[in-house]
Amino acid sequence: MLVNILFYAFALVLLASAIGVIGSKNPVHSALCLVLTFFTAAAIWLLAQAEFLAIVLVLVYVGAVMVLFLFVVMMLDIDIEKIRSGFTRHFWLGIAVAIVLFLEIVGVVVARGLGANVDMKSGMAPVGAADSNATELGTALYTKYVYPFELAAVLLLVAIIAAIVLTMRQRKGLKVQDIGAQVATRREDRLRILQMPAEKKE
Amino acid sequence: MTFTTNEIWLALPEIYLTTALCVVLLFDLFFATKNPGRTATLTLLVLVVGAVLASRQVIADRQVILGGMYVADRLSSLLKTGAFLFTAMALFYSRDYLARRGIQKGEYYVLSLTALLGVLVLASAANMVTLYVGVELLSLSLYALVAFDRDSGVAAEAAMKYFVLGAIASGTLLYGMSILYGMTGTLDLGALTARLGDSPGLGFTLAIAFIVSAIAFKFGAVPFHMWVPDVYQGAPTASAMMVATVPKLASFAMAFRFLAEGLMAQTPQWSQMLAILATVSVIAGNLIAIAQTSLLRMLAYSAIANVGFILFGFVAGSGAGFSSALYYTIAYVLMTLAAFAIVLISSRDGCEATELDHFKGLHQRDPLLAGAMAAVMFSTAGVPPFVGFWAKLQIIQALLASGHLTLALIAVVASVVGAFYYLRVVWLMYFEAPAEQPPLGKAPGMRLVLAINALAVLALGIMPEQLLALCRQVIPGG
Repeated sequence: MLVNILFYAFALVLLASAIGVIGSKNPVHSALCLVLTFFTAAAIWLLAQAEFLAIVLVLVYVGAVMVLFLFVVMMLDIDIEKIRSGFTRHFWLGIAVAIVLFLEIVGVVVARGLGANVDMKSGMAPVGAADSNATELGTALYTKYVYPFELAAVLLLVAIIAAIVLTMRQRKGLKVQDIGAQVATRREDRLRILQMPAEKKE
Repeated sequence: MTFTTNEIWLALPEIYLTTALCVVLLFDLFFATKNPGRTATLTLLVLVVGAVLASRQVIADRQVILGGMYVADRLSSLLKTGAFLFTAMALFYSRDYLARRGIQKGEYYVLSLTALLGVLVLASAANMVTLYVGVELLSLSLYALVAFDRDSGVAAEAAMKYFVLGAIASGTLLYGMSILYGMTGTLDLGALTARLGDSPGLGFTLAIAFIVSAIAFKFGAVPFHMWVPDVYQGAPTASAMMVATVPKLASFAMAFRFLAEGLMAQTPQWSQMLAILATVSVIAGNLIAIAQTSLLRMLAYSAIANVGFILFGFVAGSGAGFSSALYYTIAYVLMTLAAFAIVLISSRDGCEATELDHFKGLHQRDPLLAGAMAAVMFSTAGVPPFVGFWAKLQIIQALLASGHLTLALIAVVASVVGAFYYLRVVWLMYFEAPAEQPPLGKAPGMRLVLAINALAVLALGIMPEQLLALCRQVIPGG
């Protein structure tokens, strides 16, 4: 009973803040509403006993992605009027997309398999109340999936190397200070003493 | 889930390569900042040792280890040895070129090694997750290699096209995999066939269409070939060589592990789709190649046509078909390496010999290069006694044996059409007067390896039995 009440409360907040995301005139308000949406979604996942997903949602989306997003929104000078000008023009297109999405969701909920008679639950064991998502995921990642997990680490290494090699570069002719060379320089490198006959005053 | 050390050692090539690439990365940082040539030498050493390790691995029969993620069999051993060896050749050929173009940095070698790791992972993939990670490892490294020359606009454009299209292909692959997972509840390639049952229905057709498209993209088959000519032409030629050669082994492994092993019982469904793609590739590739004035674009369309042949091997669908596709892939990679090596040797400061006109009268200027190029062109055209002839013959025999008479005829006719543009290169080299061009670079080491490479194309053609037998042995039922 309590769970139901909590669920409906969070769901209401979620819907309200989601409407706030698209309804708000100020992009900063939209972003903050999105943060609230994520928080309530995380709460609902907690109710569904998906605590790991809930924590990750808060950490990754709220903690990292949305903060970054807020920075971008605040730093860029976004012309709101220009963005909103297409709203009425594309209204019907938006409605059509929404209907299609809704039908797809209904399809997913109603459909039972894609033609094959396979019981989706066959490979999944029920977990006890004492088991935690994080433990289960960790166990799976470091035993059965350890090989792809390690490979994914190499994949990140590739991304780092590629990003650095493609963006860091020294343009030719760039006048960068080489402090080591400056300090190590000697008098002979910079100063040349010429012997010249003194000029006579005319 | 417990691991024994016996199991782990089956994955020695991957473990070795991952360790080695970290060593190369650190070595480059600390000992080769002034002289990137050292990193190149170390990388070549790493690759040669890797080839020895992979070839000496004794794998009696197929073993699936690491929680069902990794398969070690004789095919994976052969593919890995080949991948190590061919990468070593490609990097050896590219060394002078990279230095001349000012892009010889340690990262080039590290990214080549990660691409190679992707190839190894694909060669041993027994699970859809592993397969996908392997594809991404290979593709991401290749995108970066194509864009490696930051000062070149065309290279950036080629890399962008390759990246965007490649990302779509990866998405396609994932989509197909997710549908399969939804239907069967397993990511294990070995368990797919049994769980799909006899009549998988519409969902399966959808999934297989996505997966075949993704595989065709990675191969560069029509109509997913758009990136091939642009990458060949736009990328630094050394990177284009990396894209053109070793990843073909990976594409073969991907197609074999997914379609031939994972979906064996569903062969009729995917082989129909592959038959259409292969036919269109062979026809379009050979026809469009005739119209090219750039040698690299010609090689690109030739690659598309050759990929059609490899796919024909899969269409044949039996063990003989797969082993002929494997044989064709290895022969093709060997020939393409030599062709690109000649382009690399012929290029000089500020002038890349990428146009067909650059090769006019090559025989008078440089008999060795002309001879090697002639061998490669005859071989790719399928003229006996070169290795390309046997490769084409195997494919056509496999097609005939499986009752695909029409496809075999198309393959023969397309080869005859294709012979025109291969032989045109030979004509240009031997019977046209050379244009005013300075002498070609010496590069004695490269020339030696190129000569061995070209001789291998000839020798494997004169004595085809051993490689053929090897390809038959490593594929069950071949």
